[in-house]
Amino acid sequence: MNKSKFLMVPVLLWAALFLLVPMLIVVVVSFLSRDTLGNVVFPFSLTGYKTFFDSLYLGIYWDTLVLSVATTVICLLVSYPLAYYIANATPRIQTWGLILITIPFWINFLIRTYAWVLLLRTQGIVNSLLLHFGWIHEPMQMLYTKGAVLLGMVYNFIPFMVLPIYVALEQMDKRLLDAASDLGATRWKAFRHITLPQSKSGIMTGCVLVFVSTSGMFVVTDILGGAKSMMISNIIQSQYLGARNWPFGSALSIIFVITSLILILLFNRAMQSRADRAKEGTT
Amino acid sequence: MIDLVQVEKHFDGQIVVHPLSLNIEEGEFLTLLGPSGCGKTTILRMIAGFEQPTHGDVVLAGQNVTKLPPNQRDLNLVFQHYALFPHMTVEENIAFGLKMKKIPKDEQKKRIEEAVAMTQLTALTSRYPHQLSGGQQQRVAIARAIANKPKVLLLDEPLGALDLQLRKNLQSELKHLQRSLGITFVYVTHDQEEAMMLSDRIVIMNGGRVEQVGTPREIYATPKTLFAATFVGENNIFSSSEGLFAVRPEKLRPARETEGARVTGVIQDVLYLGNVHKLTVQLDQEPMSVTIALDFTDERPWQIGERIGVNWSPKDEVVIGA
Repeated sequence: MNKSKFLMVPVLLWAALFLLVPMLIVVVVSFLSRDTLGNVVFPFSLTGYKTFFDSLYLGIYWDTLVLSVATTVICLLVSYPLAYYIANATPRIQTWGLILITIPFWINFLIRTYAWVLLLRTQGIVNSLLLHFGWIHEPMQMLYTKGAVLLGMVYNFIPFMVLPIYVALEQMDKRLLDAASDLGATRWKAFRHITLPQSKSGIMTGCVLVFVSTSGMFVVTDILGGAKSMMISNIIQSQYLGARNWPFGSALSIIFVITSLILILLFNRAMQSRADRAKEGTT
Repeated sequence: MIDLVQVEKHFDGQIVVHPLSLNIEEGEFLTLLGPSGCGKTTILRMIAGFEQPTHGDVVLAGQNVTKLPPNQRDLNLVFQHYALFPHMTVEENIAFGLKMKKIPKDEQKKRIEEAVAMTQLTALTSRYPHQLSGGQQQRVAIARAIANKPKVLLLDEPLGALDLQLRKNLQSELKHLQRSLGITFVYVTHDQEEAMMLSDRIVIMNGGRVEQVGTPREIYATPKTLFAATFVGENNIFSSSEGLFAVRPEKLRPARETEGARVTGVIQDVLYLGNVHKLTVQLDQEPMSVTIALDFTDERPWQIGERIGVNWSPKDEVVIGA
């Protein structure tokens, strides 16, 4: 046996202890009941899952999916040109571009998100400026809307999209573009037929990262969305901490994990080309 | 077919190609030969349109194409590392150029069939580049270029990444291909043997300058410069009162008698190579050694350490410039 395989042992132990075991506990709890004090008790019950089919929760579930997909799509549209620019810039600009993208991570996540409150609230900077220039006559309601949540999500997760796409574009053999040009391709055609397929792995990674992060996020919704825009994670959080209904919270978690897995699988299937399958076949 | 008119290239103030004028004939196999960094690839890239000449013009089939981008020039380049599109099959790679030029579907199909037949790839059309050997990838690169029926095919060290045996096979295939297509080939290599074998004409380059242009025979028999004399084939350089002259190893004749010989020396090494054997002789008159090539008809037993005379006839002396 290859000795280097032992290097995997700590990681596997870690994953088993802190990922697999908690997941199993959540699965078990989701099939249990709760007593009047909020303790998790026998007997086995499907109440958690049944509650989910209330139209209130179905609506939030749907909103969560829509918001996560919208965040992913907007992040992709904003990040691709940026990643493309950085990947094709001089080494100096590449270094600075990557630093500028990672700088927000140096600042506490909560502070960054609260900064948006200052910008967006009724007496905030944006409304003040718009009023000052006379473009609007009374302040707009921007904070505590779905739009604000979407903005906050996109803002927070753009680096998750830029970095994988940048890596894919940077690793691409630029001589392929010379070859495409030699064979008569315009710059747009070369992008469409060579660059885009070659950066697909980065797009896929970025989309999965942003989608999963968005759908699991409750802080941004809390701060920028107020009580009106709830996401499934807010419900899960409140079931665990506020309402002390762990079986229902667990059932929601399981439902959403399964939904995400199915969506990611479908997405990967849709993005995978014959070339990828041929590659898997030979390795 | 191609006219380079006083073409010159500078990079960051450094001259990489000195002013160069060259006329490449239609249907000719022309090789740019020289060591790495001599400017040969830059010239090829200027013809293809990937580099702009600092001064001068590139004329293709009577049309000045100096300012045209690569995708508007009616020629194709076979890249040094093939640059095959990894996410496309062999067939899709070959079809790419035809699609870009909006060639009708049935014509595309015909051209692809022709190209794969000529390059012996018919059985491999649905493979991906990573499923092919180096030699097969190289063939795909050629098929992808010739399917476009270019006026000129440019080849940038196309065999450089392959092992010797495969190189030899592909060299003769390339020559055969060029004859049957009848199109102009401009070939870049640092391998002088390859250049000799393939070319109608060779341009020897060194340090961004052309040393000599000529047929392989002219280059071998009458090198004009010291660089040309020593870069192509082995050569022995002698100095006389008028300057330098070169005598090829096979034109030198060893003699047992040192009396009356042109020069004398001691055998330092005897190399047996099958059809020829070679003697390395340290000369008495000059601090240099010469190489003598003897064919299989010479059966005299030459010994290391033996003192011999070396003769040649004056007509085999080739006077060379500096």
